Amino acid sequence: MHIGCTPNVDGMAMYGGDLGAVMKTGPVQGHDIIVTGTVFDGQGEALKDAMVEIWQADAHGVYPGQTGADPHFTGLGRSAGDMGTGAFRFETVKPGSVGGQAPHITFWIVARGINLGLHTRMYFPEDDLGGDPVMAAVPEARRATLIAARTDSGYQFDIHLQGPQETVFLDI
Amino acid sequence: MSFPPRDLDWHPPTIDLAYKSTTYRGPKHKRLQLPPTASELSGPVFARDMIGPDDANLIENFAASGETAIGPRIIVHGQVRDEEGRPVPNALIEVWQANAGGRYRHSKEAYLAPLDPNFGGCGRCMTNAEGRYEFWTIQPGPYPWPNGPNDWRPAHIHVSVFGHSFAQRLITQLYFEGDPMIWLCPIVGTITSKAAVETLVAQLDMDRTVPFDARAYAFNITLRGPDQTFFEGAA
Repeated sequence: MHIGCTPNVDGMAMYGGDLGAVMKTGPVQGHDIIVTGTVFDGQGEALKDAMVEIWQADAHGVYPGQTGADPHFTGLGRSAGDMGTGAFRFETVKPGSVGGQAPHITFWIVARGINLGLHTRMYFPEDDLGGDPVMAAVPEARRATLIAARTDSGYQFDIHLQGPQETVFLDI
Repeated sequence: MSFPPRDLDWHPPTIDLAYKSTTYRGPKHKRLQLPPTASELSGPVFARDMIGPDDANLIENFAASGETAIGPRIIVHGQVRDEEGRPVPNALIEVWQANAGGRYRHSKEAYLAPLDPNFGGCGRCMTNAEGRYEFWTIQPGPYPWPNGPNDWRPAHIHVSVFGHSFAQRLITQLYFEGDPMIWLCPIVGTITSKAAVETLVAQLDMDRTVPFDARAYAFNITLRGPDQTFFEGAA
């Protein structure tokens, strides 16, 4: 467990709360969504010690910290996963498209046994991904690993470290 | 700004059966190497005032009033640099570690060594305009872990760094100069280059020692590029 990144999750009251636990610090423009998912190993077991971070643009496709960004949106989410199931959950907004790319959320995954943190990204099933330059570089048979599934409250994006559904990881 | 692809031979392979947890967790496909986009070149910007006055002092930041953590008092300091040797100011560094007996404070850990009521084992700081950082802590102890029949982690501190770009996101481990346990560890052993391992070993720095108070260790961190510090997940 990455205790130093999420001490409050395990009951250690520090820093006035964990970094990345809240992505919306006030009224945020755009469409609220909840992104959930699980990281699975090559035997189909859910990881319970993974830390997942996301970084994304605001609803207008502007990254927090840049001119014109939504002042109440941090863009950074961090989840230690549910203590029982390992599932991650982010309350965020759907990002706008950025620089000719389809809307997406950047993911970074670390856990015991992952020697080098894994970058990947999540796209949305309702969007036209035809012109997206990163998706275009992914072999067609593996593109589905980067597309989330709709849920009642948002999207489900499971990450597979190995196996027939192994997620495409990026050195980017 | 851009980044060259990582040298994946400098980093350990994703699967090394001597480190059992990699067996089913290491991806089998090579990472898809692409030039970073705006999404990876950007990254969170943190306000300096998010760092509280005791955040970078692990000896005191979890201790009762008037108490301090047990263990050898040390200062860990260094510089965060980018791939071209330029300092990285305002980098957020988060650290965590076991106590002097090798025991972590978290609910899933049950090593025989006792908790220290005055030590939480977590801290954070931000680099200054020259990319330099410093925190005070106690030297952690080694501890056994379930892997082979008799495997021990060398004394180490986990170090997480946010540079200016999400592409630079790093978690690594700091070891201590002269520790013979470094070279016996199956996690360290996943790194094939001795020179790469040596980027993870903090050096005793008598110049920065505070006499009659704390010894100092120097640990520089390089983000991305041929000189980069080895990236890894936490054990």
